[in-house]
Amino acid sequence: MLRTESTKINLMRPLGQPALACAGYRWRENYYSHQRRGGYNIGVRIIEDFLARTNVGRCHDFRETADVISKNAFKLYLGVTPTVTNWSPAGDEFSLQLDSNPLAEFVELPDNHTGLSYSSLLCGVLRGALEMVQMAVDVRIVQDTLQGDLQTELRLRFLRRIEESMPAGEE
Amino acid sequence: MEREGVRMADEALFEFLHMEVISYIFKSLEKDDSDNGKCTAKLEGMGFRVGQGLVERFTRDIPRFKDELDIMKFVCKDFWAGIFKKQVDNLRTNHQGVYVLQDNRFRLLTQISAGKQYMEHAPKFLAFTCGLVRGALSNLGVNSIVTAEVSLLPACKFQVMMQRA
Repeated sequence: MLRTESTKINLMRPLGQPALACAGYRWRENYYSHQRRGGYNIGVRIIEDFLARTNVGRCHDFRETADVISKNAFKLYLGVTPTVTNWSPAGDEFSLQLDSNPLAEFVELPDNHTGLSYSSLLCGVLRGALEMVQMAVDVRIVQDTLQGDLQTELRLRFLRRIEESMPAGEE
Repeated sequence: MEREGVRMADEALFEFLHMEVISYIFKSLEKDDSDNGKCTAKLEGMGFRVGQGLVERFTRDIPRFKDELDIMKFVCKDFWAGIFKKQVDNLRTNHQGVYVLQDNRFRLLTQISAGKQYMEHAPKFLAFTCGLVRGALSNLGVNSIVTAEVSLLPACKFQVMMQRA
């Protein structure tokens, strides 16, 4: 009696984050940078998986990218669709608002880690993934439900296009 | 919690995160001491905690298990399928508390099994799962020792030895 439907449980949360958090972390900064670096490496790999699964083509502008991130990527991997808002006038910066953050379900920050940026993994993933499609972006968390905000908000800022260059010695 | 009808790609995420956890643990601990055993123990400990948590969710609405074998069957089928999207290929027991779970294509090893190159790293990729099984069993009321062995990637065997009080 194999129950496929009811065992469809988000493995991300139970596996990763609390595991990392309780793996002997004393230094918040340390946690933060590791999360980002770990996230970056995940992002670098996940973009391939994403492109293979979804069939989305090249984006023509940053707005389209924002749409793909929210409607395709977040939907596919975390099962939520964040709202894309707060565009900067220049159109190079926007926010992703998550009403529910799957990574932070059932999570409470312990008293001695109240300032912990728990979901910074996401920043790294986005940065890594976008870098692989020639976009340098800066990602940061501006609101976090775990810090008492009403929602989780990620801010993405477009820095520049990464020009592809041939490795030295190749034609 | 369960997102019925939403097709999620969480398997890929799980694999990537697992890789990162391993790389993090080994990188951060190797600086002060190159004691691999410590890293493995830490991974195993993480797995234990995750296993404990997961088994509670997986068993939420299934009836009580009859005996030890029943528990092991659950681990091989539902538990394995829930995490690795496939069942254990072979379960053997000597009926004296030793069980061998064989997975011919273990998900967490497939990425490193193109050649023999990474054979020596394989144990790193099994520690977490050993803990996972031990944690699951522990929350089902069975104390055990779980070890793993690899002979030919990506197949591997987990040996579960029940500890009777």
